[in-house]
Amino acid sequence: MRPFVYRRATDAQGAVATFEAAPHAMYLGGGTNLVDLMRLGVASPDLLVDVTGLPYDQVEETPGGGLRIGAAVRNSDLAADAAVRRSYPVLSQALLAGASGQLRNLATVGGNLLQRTRCPYFQDVSKPCNKRDPGSGCPAREGEHHNLAIFGHSASCVATHPSDMAVAMAALGAVVHVEGPGGPRRIGMPGLHRLPGDTPERDTVLEPGELIVAVELPALPYAARSRYRKVRERASFAFAVVAVAAALDVADGVVRDCRVALGGVAHVPWRAELLETTLRGAPATRESFVVAAEAEFAQARPLRDNAYKVPLARNVIVGVLEELL
Amino acid sequence: MEAIEIVLTVNGDERRLAVDTRASLLDVLRERLGLTGAKKGCDHGQCGACTVLLDGRRVNSCLALAVAHQGAEVITVEGLADGDDLHPVQRAFIEEDGFQCGYCTPGQLCSAVGMLDELKQGWPSAVTGDDDDLGDEPSDDEIRERMNGNLCRCGAYAGILAAIKEASR
Ligand SMILES: Cc1cc2nc3c(=O)[nH]c(=O)nc-3n(C[C@H](O)[C@H](O)[C@H](O)COP(=O)(O)OP(=O)(O)OC[C@H]3O[C@@H](n4cnc5c(N)ncnc54)[C@H](O)[C@@H]3O)c2cc1C
Ligand code: SF4
Ligand code: FES
Ligand code: FES
Repeated sequence: MRPFVYRRATDAQGAVATFEAAPHAMYLGGGTNLVDLMRLGVASPDLLVDVTGLPYDQVEETPGGGLRIGAAVRNSDLAADAAVRRSYPVLSQALLAGASGQLRNLATVGGNLLQRTRCPYFQDVSKPCNKRDPGSGCPAREGEHHNLAIFGHSASCVATHPSDMAVAMAALGAVVHVEGPGGPRRIGMPGLHRLPGDTPERDTVLEPGELIVAVELPALPYAARSRYRKVRERASFAFAVVAVAAALDVADGVVRDCRVALGGVAHVPWRAELLETTLRGAPATRESFVVAAEAEFAQARPLRDNAYKVPLARNVIVGVLEELL
Repeated sequence: MEAIEIVLTVNGDERRLAVDTRASLLDVLRERLGLTGAKKGCDHGQCGACTVLLDGRRVNSCLALAVAHQGAEVITVEGLADGDDLHPVQRAFIEEDGFQCGYCTPGQLCSAVGMLDELKQGWPSAVTGDDDDLGDEPSDDEIRERMNGNLCRCGAYAGILAAIKEASR
């Protein structure tokens, strides 16, 4: 691991200023992804600005009836939070479906959102990878890609975003609060993450030095009935092959509103907008769920070895929506 | 190299030392403080052999930078027993044959202690149902899911499960 300077920030302005003063600074959350990537040689910052001591470790109710989650809240605390479990169970379930108890005790909300892809080539510095080393090529496209993207990939990158938590937040329409060199701003999810296009080195729309300070969940009363289901290659402690976050609002047998987002299928937590549009106003039946899911997957572009994700994800979506009836 | 002076309370003793910013908590415990109970199984957060209690919570010490935990209280497997009196979880591991080679055991023990505390606080897991009472003796599935971050290459899982069940009573 390359030597680096460590600084602990106590307020957001100080964190941003410290970050800007070094040529290649990075923020440090729990370190469960960043320290690993530094050890692998994938990340080599010259300065780490620890942001876990910032006053962003609370989950608070907002005047609008939503929740404001500090970026330094640990994944385990968020999963166990009574208000989250009551009003947004999909978020608690998504967190608990990810990683292990030990990792969730270290991992923060900000770090979870910005964790990097688990594409095997990205993590192996002896291999080319456009995301790690722009212009070097994408061996995954013709190589090992059975667990990579089926939506929104490009010639330069077919990776998926690994976070479970982010999928639930994308379904809930969470708003990410950011401080940075250019001042504060808010970014609605799923808009934080971006498709790879021809610049896969950028996972998100954040500018250098921008710091996540909070994630706000808007009020969404029907999310009290919401669910996360994750399919993986072993029963527990593995990244998603496919994951579904869903909430369903049904009145008089008709779908009034719904939210569906998918994990393990794209470079971003994939909000299934076509599915949602098709389902709104339709009878709340298995048949409608199948039709809506088919509409979404009409735009899927599976790779040589991951076409299995299309029927798998479709079936999981239909199953989850039926459970929410 | 940048070294930073930190203070840690390890198994009740205050330790002051200058550490390289790159050092993990695991390396500091093993190489600097001679506490070789916590093991370096993978150094990537995948196996749980390095699990210790950090400010009362179980964590992977291989991914925790020591400099980031200034002032923390750390309990390693060496600190679980009260003198010659083994911790109930340690006793249960012996009674129920919760190990073979013993390499993963320090991590299993610290993880089990942290996990039983999480249960006591009512934290749910991925297999907890809406109507489950976490005050009851945990089911096999609860224990398995909550111990998912601790691998055992010897496959002593049956004994580990029985031991944790025993200790939870
Ligand atoms: C073995 C293993 C299994 C895992 N399994 C899963 C899984 O199944 N599902 C899943 O979702 N995740 C899984 N994870 C990933 C885990 O959830 C992430 O490592 C964790 O959430 C990252 O949080 P952190 O606070 O430790 O981030 P760090 O590692 O500290 O940081 C991650 C990134 O975020 C940046 N950053 C941190 N905080 C901020 C901030 N406030 N503002 C701006 N930038 C910031 C850092 O600069 C870095 O680039 C697994 C990890 C491991 C090691
Ligand atoms: S899919 Fe993306 S991350 Fe994986 S090798 Fe290709 S460019 Fe790199
Ligand atoms: S050594 Fe830390 S998890 Fe394997
Ligand atoms: S007892 Fe040998 S690895 Fe678990």
